Amino acid sequence: MFYQFTPQSRFLLGTAGYPSPDILHQAIDASGAEIITVSLRREGSEGGAFRSLLQQLNKRILPNTAGCHTVKEAVTTAQMARELFDTPWIKLEVIGHADTLQPDPFALVEAARILCADGFQVFPYTTEDLIVGEKLLEAGCEVLMPWGAPIGSGQGLRNIEGLRAMRAWFKDVPLIIDAGIGAPGQAAQAMEMGFDAVLLNTAVAKARDPVRMAGAFAAAIHGGHEAFQAGLMEQRDMASASTPIFGLAQF
Amino acid sequence: MRVQLNGHTIETNADTLAELMVEQQIDPRTVATALNGEFVPRSRYASQLLEADSQLEILSPMQGG
Repeated sequence: MFYQFTPQSRFLLGTAGYPSPDILHQAIDASGAEIITVSLRREGSEGGAFRSLLQQLNKRILPNTAGCHTVKEAVTTAQMARELFDTPWIKLEVIGHADTLQPDPFALVEAARILCADGFQVFPYTTEDLIVGEKLLEAGCEVLMPWGAPIGSGQGLRNIEGLRAMRAWFKDVPLIIDAGIGAPGQAAQAMEMGFDAVLLNTAVAKARDPVRMAGAFAAAIHGGHEAFQAGLMEQRDMASASTPIFGLAQF
Repeated sequence: MRVQLNGHTIETNADTLAELMVEQQIDPRTVATALNGEFVPRSRYASQLLEADSQLEILSPMQGG
């Protein structure tokens, strides 16, 4: 599904902002996620603990280029991540503005082209724009990650019709909703619409009980996907009796 | 000479990146490095010469979303 890797779980979990490494570890376990996102930073006080946690976890690592604002920064960060995590996977973020954390689609496409040509397997954080999506596929991406809403905002799917159109347009391309999901119901909604997976971080990390919230998201994402597979009923304007009329008693 | 390491100015006697890591007690297996904005692969640490005012970023795995 994602560059020849087909996880059992459709939940990708970020590792930032948890109350402690132990709670992060428990939350990852509760999420059932097989893919976790990480970053590269100047080492702080928790660096050693995080390194040993990564070694204990038997997860696919998806390093990000969070915080990069230019093609050059993103490409250099990706090259560093490939060596450090020993993976061709990169979650490519090229941020257009520090306040909105909206992707810069022009720099994103250019960075994706450079990285794909260099053998990276790129997971681009993008918008629901269809043309940008096409350009990313042309650049060599085999997965697209449209935002639900701005990173960390918890607003859910802010442009449902746009995302629906994207799902329909890119029928055979794995699409992961990345960013903006605040509640399990929003994640379930994305899965019911036929998205292939959901990537989130803050909604779990900043919950009062991150471990329990990780489990709640796992259940919602699974339920939403099952519902999509089962085929949702059509909406109607008017009521339609579910109990048969035939055989109704006459009093 | 003076170089910039992760945003801090340090005084070093190292001529190469590998020597700098020994001097700064950095385990090269746990980091990735960029010199003046360019990625330097681990295989080049021993041969990569440093110059005064070089800007080094030596990064580690950290939490991310």
